[in-house]
Amino acid sequence: MNEDWVLYEVFIRSRSGLEHKHVGSLHAADARMAIEHARDTYTRRQEGVSIWVVRSSDIVASDPAEAEELFEPARDKVYRHPTFYAIPEDVKNI
Amino acid sequence: MYTQALDSPAAAAADAHERDRLERFQERIDRDEKIEPKDWMPEAYRQTLIRQIAQHAHSEIVGMLPEGNWITRAPSLRRKAVLIAKVQDEGGHGMYLYSAAETLGVSRGQLIEQLLSGRAKYSSIFNYPTLTWADIGAIGWLVDGAAIMNQIPLCRCSYGPYARAMVRICKEESFHQRQGYEIMLTLSRGSAAQRAMAQDALNRWWWPSLMMFGPSDAHSVHTAQSMRWKIKRFSNDELRQKFIDVTVPQAEFLGLAVPDPDLRWDESAQHYVPGPIDWSEFHAVLKGEGPCNRERLEARRAAHETGRWVREAAAAFAEKHQEPLRAAQAG
Repeated sequence: MNEDWVLYEVFIRSRSGLEHKHVGSLHAADARMAIEHARDTYTRRQEGVSIWVVRSSDIVASDPAEAEELFEPARDKVYRHPTFYAIPEDVKNI
Repeated sequence: MYTQALDSPAAAAADAHERDRLERFQERIDRDEKIEPKDWMPEAYRQTLIRQIAQHAHSEIVGMLPEGNWITRAPSLRRKAVLIAKVQDEGGHGMYLYSAAETLGVSRGQLIEQLLSGRAKYSSIFNYPTLTWADIGAIGWLVDGAAIMNQIPLCRCSYGPYARAMVRICKEESFHQRQGYEIMLTLSRGSAAQRAMAQDALNRWWWPSLMMFGPSDAHSVHTAQSMRWKIKRFSNDELRQKFIDVTVPQAEFLGLAVPDPDLRWDESAQHYVPGPIDWSEFHAVLKGEGPCNRERLEARRAAHETGRWVREAAAAFAEKHQEPLRAAQAG
C-alpha cells in the first residue's frame, strides 16, 4: 500500500533578511499544493515570510558513515579561528 | 533463534559484530547524541519509535473529533475562533508526527491504514464524549495539561526528528492549556448552573486524564528499555505525580473539587497522594469498550472515504500538468 503523494521538504524564511531554514516535510500532489500545505502546517503563527519546497528525493545527503573522513580533517586546524592568535592587549582594533 | 546459526564460526563473528554495533549505539545514546534517520539503529529501537510516534500522531488526529464537536456551538465568536485554531493545531501536530514516523521507514499510507483498520492504538482519553461546553474547558486544562507533562521530556528524546517535532508541538500546546483553563475560570466565576457544569466536567475528565500517563510503572512493559534508549526520560508514575501536584492547586483556585475522596497532601513528601486508579476502566477503553471508540473510528473512516475523490482529483491534476513538463524537459 503505497499510493502516498510525493514527499516534500519544507524550508521557511522566518524574517526578511534571514536564510530559509529546514522545518519539516509533508506530502502533496504537486509543488503548488506543497506550498499551500506548508503554509497551513508550518506558518500558523507568522513563522515565515517565504517558503521553499523541494522534493525529498532530489536531496543528496552525505553518508553518516563517512562523517569522520568528511569532517574530522577540520578538527586540528584551529589556526582557522581568530582566537588561535595571541595579540598583546595593548594592541587595539584587531 | 540463533542457536543453530551459532554453530558456524562465520555466524559467531556476525553475532560479535552485532553486539559491537549495539554497544556503540548505546554509547552514542549515553553521550546524549541524537540519532538521525540515516544512522544505524537496532531494529527494536526503530520499531519502538514507530509504534510510539504513530500512536502519538493518531492521538492528535482522533483528538480533533471530541473538540470539533463543539465548534458550531461555541458560546461566542472569540471562543469559536480559538477552538478552530486549537483543532487546526492538533491536525498540524498529527502531520509533524506522521512525518517523523515516516523517517523510520513506514509510509503515510501504512500509518493511516493501521489507524482506520483499528489495529493502531491512540490515547484512550479521546474515546470519552464531550457532553457540555465545560468539557472543552476541561480538555484544554486537563488533557492538554497532561499531554504537555508527557511531551516536554520528549523534546530531549534521543531520536532527532521526534525531538524536533516535539519542540514545535510543545511551543504550540501551551495556548491550548491556557485557553481551557480560561474557560473553566469563566464558568466557575459564573452562575450556579455554570459552576455545576464546570464541576461535572472535572468529575468526568479527572480520572481519564490521570490514566493518560499509562499503566503504573510496575505494569509498564516498555518503560525500562525506553528509558535506557532515552526515548522516555521519566516513568509514567513520576509524570502522573507531577501532573497531580500542579493541577490540584489549579482546581482549588477555581473553587472546584477534585473527584477523589482519598486525595490528601503528604507534608513530609511534599506531594499529593491520590486514591487508587481504576485500571479496569483504562484497559476496557483501550480494548475498544470506551463510550466513543466505535464512533471515533467511524468518523475517521468516513472522512477518509469522503475525501477520496479530492485526493484522486488532485493526483490526476498533478499528473496532467506533469506531462507537458516532462515533454518540455525531454525536448
